[in-house]
Amino acid sequence: MDLITPSFGLIFWQTVTLLAVLFILAKFAWRPILAAIHEREESIAAALQAAEKAREEVMRVEEDKQALMKTAHKEREQIITEAIATKNAIVAEATSEAERASEKVIEHTCALLEREKETARGLLRNEVAVLSIQIAEKLLQNELQHNTQEELVQKLIKKAHWA
Amino acid sequence: MALSTHVSTARPRFIFVLSLLLTLLAGPHALAEKAAGDDFIMHHVKDAHAWHFATIGHTPITLPLPIILYSPDRGLELFSSSRFVDAHHHPLPYKGYTLTHHEKIVALDAGRVFYDLSITKNVAAMLMSVLLLLAIALAAARRYQRNPQVAPRGFWALLELLICYVRDEIAIPNLGPTKQKRFMPYLLSMFFFIWLNNLLGLLPGAANVTGNISITLVLALFTFVLTNLNGSRHYWGHIFNTPGVPRWLSPIMVPVELLGLFTKPFSLMIRLFANITAGHIILLSIIGLIFILQSTWAAVISVPFGAFMFLLKLLVAFLQAYIFTLLSAIYLGAAVEEHA
Repeated sequence: MDLITPSFGLIFWQTVTLLAVLFILAKFAWRPILAAIHEREESIAAALQAAEKAREEVMRVEEDKQALMKTAHKEREQIITEAIATKNAIVAEATSEAERASEKVIEHTCALLEREKETARGLLRNEVAVLSIQIAEKLLQNELQHNTQEELVQKLIKKAHWA
Repeated sequence: MALSTHVSTARPRFIFVLSLLLTLLAGPHALAEKAAGDDFIMHHVKDAHAWHFATIGHTPITLPLPIILYSPDRGLELFSSSRFVDAHHHPLPYKGYTLTHHEKIVALDAGRVFYDLSITKNVAAMLMSVLLLLAIALAAARRYQRNPQVAPRGFWALLELLICYVRDEIAIPNLGPTKQKRFMPYLLSMFFFIWLNNLLGLLPGAANVTGNISITLVLALFTFVLTNLNGSRHYWGHIFNTPGVPRWLSPIMVPVELLGLFTKPFSLMIRLFANITAGHIILLSIIGLIFILQSTWAAVISVPFGAFMFLLKLLVAFLQAYIFTLLSAIYLGAAVEEHA
């Protein structure tokens, strides 16, 4: 068998074997393997895409959340501001109401006191008048019994002597 | 302590290298001793009817292989190749046939016509490599079918890497993303068949399968047939009516194009055969220098250079498988290409 002379037997066996091998490998090895590799690659690509989509979704949700938070913040501040204003108004009103009420009470008391004073003054005046009349009456009575005055003086001097 | 661990780790590697060298040297050594001046290299590179591993003393260690002969007058004949040698390993005729020194079976009656379909060393080696390839590929396929979503590990990851390499670097660029599916099984089979046989051919005592012209001829023929069976209208149009070339030039162009049809598989055949055989011849020559010069000192140069050649052949084994597959893909791509 020379180096560069093809031999019939070898060509025959190689052809037969290669045909069989090509058939078996193609049908039972390469096609299933290639299909599996392709399938896995597809699924990996799909998974990556899904992950990317999910990431975008999460980012969008995050943005939504941020926006929502911002409006919520604003609303809260507004509500708080309003509440403070309302409180202040209520307090102010209550204060003024109370002031007015106390003023009224004071006024009323003053008026009452004035009236009481007037009444007391009238009463005093009456009393004084009655007393004056009584004094006058007594004085008059003394005037009328002038003669006894002397006697009275004597009596007083005596008293003073003895003292 | 440190020394003992060093020795224990270094020793297996040393023994491995030594045994590799010994096995590499054993064959040529025995042959060189048997017949000084005999071209043991050619004996190593060429096909044989028996599998000769080594010769110890004057006893050759040989695995006899089946001889299958077909002749129109006698029909099918089957016997062992050991029938061609006697107890003292001298050639012996059997049933009217004899084995020449060049491993060729000839009929004693010169007029008889017969066909030699023997399972030679190359056929046996090729069949074994095919069984190995089938075992690996079918095992891989079973793994993929069991759990297709899990990426393989270790050896199987390497296999997937190579499959994806053939697909992404060879098939898709030359055949396109859709047409590659049709030819991927063929390309993968060719790639792994050639690579595996290239590698097995590097083992000591192994046959030189891909360095045999008959094997590469069949491989090239398969690509040739597949290419022309799948030839599109555009492909044939390019051969018989090359676009852009004046009609009157066709008497020159058509034969040239037709010749081109055959030079492609021819180059495929020669390239693989020559690369692998040349590698073997160089390595055997380098090692054979030791025996030709009858000096151990030759080993100082031969062994390192031989080791380098061996590593180079490992690279060439892959490279030639890649080139054969790539060129097949290019030829197939040209055949199935369709222009508007």
